[in-house]
Amino acid sequence: MAKRIVVVGNGMVGHKFLEALRARTQDYDLTVIAEEPRLAYDRVRLSEFFNEPRPNLSLGTYEQYAGWGVRIVNARASAIDREQRIVRTAHQEIPYDTLVLATGSYPFVPPIEGRDLEGCFTYRTLEDLTRIEAWAQHSRKGVVIGGGLLGLEAAGALLKLGLETHVVEFAPRLMPVQLDELGGRLLKQKLEAMGIGVHVSKSTQRIEARGGRVAALHFTDGSSLEADLVVFSAGIRPRDELARQSGLEVGERGGIVIDEHCRTSDPHIYAIGECALYRGRIYGLVAPGYEMARVLAEHLTGGERAFSGADLSTKLKLLGVEVGSFGDAFAQTPGAREMLYSDFGKGVYKKLVLSEDGRRLLGGILVGDTADYANLHGLATNAVELDNPEHLLIPPAQGGPARAGLPLTARVCSCENVTKGALCQAIRSGCRDIASLKKATRAGTGCGGCVAMMGDVLKEELLRLGEKVSEHLCEHFPYSRRELFDIVRVRGYKTFDALLRDYGRGYGCEVCKPAVASILASLYNEYVLEDAHAPLQDTNDRFLANMQRDGTYSVVPRIPGGEITPEKLIAIGQVAKKYGLYTKITGGQRIDLFGARLEQLPHIWADLIAAGFESGHAYGKALRTVKSCVGDTWCRYGVQDSVGLAIRLENRYKGLRAPHKIKMAVSGCTRECAEAQGKDVGVIATERGWNLYVCGNGGMKPRHADLLAADLDEETLVRYIDRFLMFYIRTADRLQRTSVWLEKLEGGLEYLREVIVEDKLGLGAELEAQMAHHIQTYRCEWKATLENPDKLKHFRHFVNSDAPDDNIVMVEQRGQHRPAYDFERNTLPLPLAMGVEP
Amino acid sequence: MSWVRVCRLEDILPGSGVCALVEGKQVAVFRVGERLFALANFDPFTRANVLSRGLVGSKGERLYVASPLLKHRFDLESGECLDDPSIRLPVYAVKLEAGEVWVGVPVGEKVGT
Ligand code: SRM
Ligand SMILES: Cc1cc2nc3c(=O)[nH]c(=O)nc-3n(C[C@H](O)[C@H](O)[C@H](O)COP(=O)(O)OP(=O)(O)OC[C@H]3O[C@@H](n4cnc5c(N)ncnc54)[C@H](O)[C@@H]3O)c2cc1C
Ligand code: SF4
Ligand code: FES
Repeated sequence: MAKRIVVVGNGMVGHKFLEALRARTQDYDLTVIAEEPRLAYDRVRLSEFFNEPRPNLSLGTYEQYAGWGVRIVNARASAIDREQRIVRTAHQEIPYDTLVLATGSYPFVPPIEGRDLEGCFTYRTLEDLTRIEAWAQHSRKGVVIGGGLLGLEAAGALLKLGLETHVVEFAPRLMPVQLDELGGRLLKQKLEAMGIGVHVSKSTQRIEARGGRVAALHFTDGSSLEADLVVFSAGIRPRDELARQSGLEVGERGGIVIDEHCRTSDPHIYAIGECALYRGRIYGLVAPGYEMARVLAEHLTGGERAFSGADLSTKLKLLGVEVGSFGDAFAQTPGAREMLYSDFGKGVYKKLVLSEDGRRLLGGILVGDTADYANLHGLATNAVELDNPEHLLIPPAQGGPARAGLPLTARVCSCENVTKGALCQAIRSGCRDIASLKKATRAGTGCGGCVAMMGDVLKEELLRLGEKVSEHLCEHFPYSRRELFDIVRVRGYKTFDALLRDYGRGYGCEVCKPAVASILASLYNEYVLEDAHAPLQDTNDRFLANMQRDGTYSVVPRIPGGEITPEKLIAIGQVAKKYGLYTKITGGQRIDLFGARLEQLPHIWADLIAAGFESGHAYGKALRTVKSCVGDTWCRYGVQDSVGLAIRLENRYKGLRAPHKIKMAVSGCTRECAEAQGKDVGVIATERGWNLYVCGNGGMKPRHADLLAADLDEETLVRYIDRFLMFYIRTADRLQRTSVWLEKLEGGLEYLREVIVEDKLGLGAELEAQMAHHIQTYRCEWKATLENPDKLKHFRHFVNSDAPDDNIVMVEQRGQHRPAYDFERNTLPLPLAMGVEP
Repeated sequence: MSWVRVCRLEDILPGSGVCALVEGKQVAVFRVGERLFALANFDPFTRANVLSRGLVGSKGERLYVASPLLKHRFDLESGECLDDPSIRLPVYAVKLEAGEVWVGVPVGEKVGT
């Protein structure tokens, strides 16, 4: 019989152990005893639970566990019988040959009077957060006791929940373990600027109740603070009760004593993660826990790996403030020298600790700017010899910071413990992008903080190998998007199949199919659901709506310029009511209707079209909206009719497919209420005409638009926009917004101006003609679809039944509804057994 | 094995998929040229029944469907996830007879929800 391993605890480290073990062997019969009501989730990202949309934090799926052959026992382990080698739960006895304790830790709640009152919480599990969220709904003021790393996270969460938020810290500064006095002071200043009350050097004496609920905190110095919600975050304590009670060796201040193979004082029992004590030390971070998990997996399969302690360096973003602390941050090495840079005005503080001879970096503290963290941390861990350490704080005018030169032993990913050398090895054996590097080395799959650094290493190594970073669209087309566009345009290809036959290889994929479909649409503007084109489209374009996380769709009718009549508003309301859709005003000045099932889409659109609406192309890489401000029609400052122009522009360019989405806006005066300078094309009224701005962006990396031409009359304005858009469509990469395109365009803005305004390439007329063709051939795609019964038959969930998808479950929220989260469903919708072959 | 007729071949555009209801199960059926494939319609990463609406692609010789939600790729023949081989979707027998598409279910297999 296979040897039985029983794991107690299915937290982050317990999960990692199962994964690491299964990656090495199929032997062993595996059971996990898990007390929380769900499989392991990413506790490090716990606070993201309060994000909208609520992220999926699970680390493992039931399918995966089934695939690994892991039996899951949902219960708390209550005792270990070491003699008989049995673990007990309330209802079961589970025998083991090897037992692994991965029970983590629990939040420490200081023995303060009133700590059990209603309204007092800890911050460790999803259940904690659910309870905090519910209580916050009828609270006004929240206080976190503890100003360490987790306390500040909890404070961020309370802020997100809309509470007036305070942090109370016993030490004289925030994050006393990671930061020094100045760093703590800057952090305090930043939190206060966000409206968080920070109270340091305060010790809580008792919590006062009113009507059985939390009402106020009283401190030893006689002061007090009102509060109706209190979160304790005063440190963690290892969950070693099973070990204690069965007589395993535990540390004086808690923690199950382990050796370098994670073995406890009983050779059949191991402990990993936050419950384990190695050389007098508990590691409250996930990376050392993961390392223990890997060490143990190797040890059980005959490997040599040993645990040798870990580094407690941290880099995080707390409430939007970047904070990093690494190595000997407090200059405790004899002779160590400190070097400081601080600019509280800019909100930056950096301290580097150098060796006595000033040639090596030992550690440091960064607040407000951690861009160089990975590099600095690497230099410190690897004791790299430095010529000009001061350049690390203030880079010389040229050359930038000493980024390259990281030795191969430098650790790039601390979550998965991957060195630069391992990455380079993977690149040499064929990895050419981040995705494949992640897969080969697992770097970047933890907190994700190292991905930018991985990109640098990738580029550096490819350069060293004498390769250029490939611009090929994918394995099927050895061309860039721009080259393909020219091939299609010059040779007149009309279908993907013909292009693939002559210029590609293989079958195509989810990258090249939509890219070519978009090129064809930009050039010929044929109906996107033609039989030859439909199978190329991403699902959004295929069904002319935006797919949501549960497989339903959202519907966005076009509302040009954001102007809408009361009749049309009513019509939208009626459609929403009739089909039970969730409604929301979008950031693009129109209305989104969510929760439409595939088979409802044609009915919804029939009603919308009857009320005078057209497709809004929210699903396409196409023109989205032309935002407007109210302009001189009403506004006392307005100098032109910005709404009128916005409507004309939106109607001109609607349906235009492009490498990425295109957004525009028109403002009626320089106050810029339409935020035109954050758009791909922005127009601002002047006394003498219109100023044209291009290549702005909101979103992930905002970019201020550049002025391309000033004081234009409408005709010239439109001519320039025609040329600009078509030039972008011809030359940009796949999924490249105009902002990034311009940054990469050789010659930059000056060159762009020469092409568009001065027509230096003599392309002007051709680009305008191409746009004219688009405008003449525009048709509302939904209208075309409703007229085509052949196409309509694809709009149903089943090809052989009219039944709807029974996996779509809605729950109520704020008077409307939304798709249920997994944990809100009674049973997990596992539709099929695993690994079936008939 | 019991066979269920689900649609005619022309109901599936070449290079795309449809979802069929087969004895209570949702099965995604794909047509690549004249070849047919059938696998579960359920995307285990997003827990939504959407795979039939994904794009079909190839990686080397392997044909796969990319989920329309988060783009995880599943081998059309084996059901294996290309991005995480520990995950494998159920696959079904499928055949073409006189222009009609049939999906096979092993007799006695438990009917899922
Ligand atoms: C609905 C809406 C949010 C809302 O409720 O307000 C929205 C929703 C989505 N946005 Fe957005 N964005 C919406 C306005 C915006 C805005 C604001 C604006 O346009 O003024 C921005 C910043 C401006 C900009 O784009 O520069 C914005 C920046 C993004 C980005 C980042 C783009 C970038 O270049 O950085 C993405 C991701 C992407 O496109 O790759 C994105 C992607 C998405 C997607 C498509 C994500 C997805 O794939 O599911 C969302 C789906 C829409 C749906 O299902 O209907 N959305 N998104 C807004 C629709 C506006 C509309 O009427 O069409
Ligand atoms: C809000 C928050 C933010 C954090 N941020 C970071 C960060 O940015 N970086 C970082 O490195 N770390 C961070 N951490 C710490 C990190 O989450 C832990 O280091 C990690 O989760 C430890 O993993 P573990 O498996 O040892 O313990 P846990 O993840 O706590 O798992 C232990 C599991 O065992 C279960 N269990 C315990 N006893 C029993 C029993 N008797 N029977 C059955 N089950 C039992 C518990 O219910 C739990 O599910 C954060 C933690 C929190 C709470
Ligand atoms: S941009 Fe000018 S015209 Fe438009 S609303 Fe603002 S102030 Fe008024
Ligand atoms: S450092 Fe966290 S994933 Fe690499």
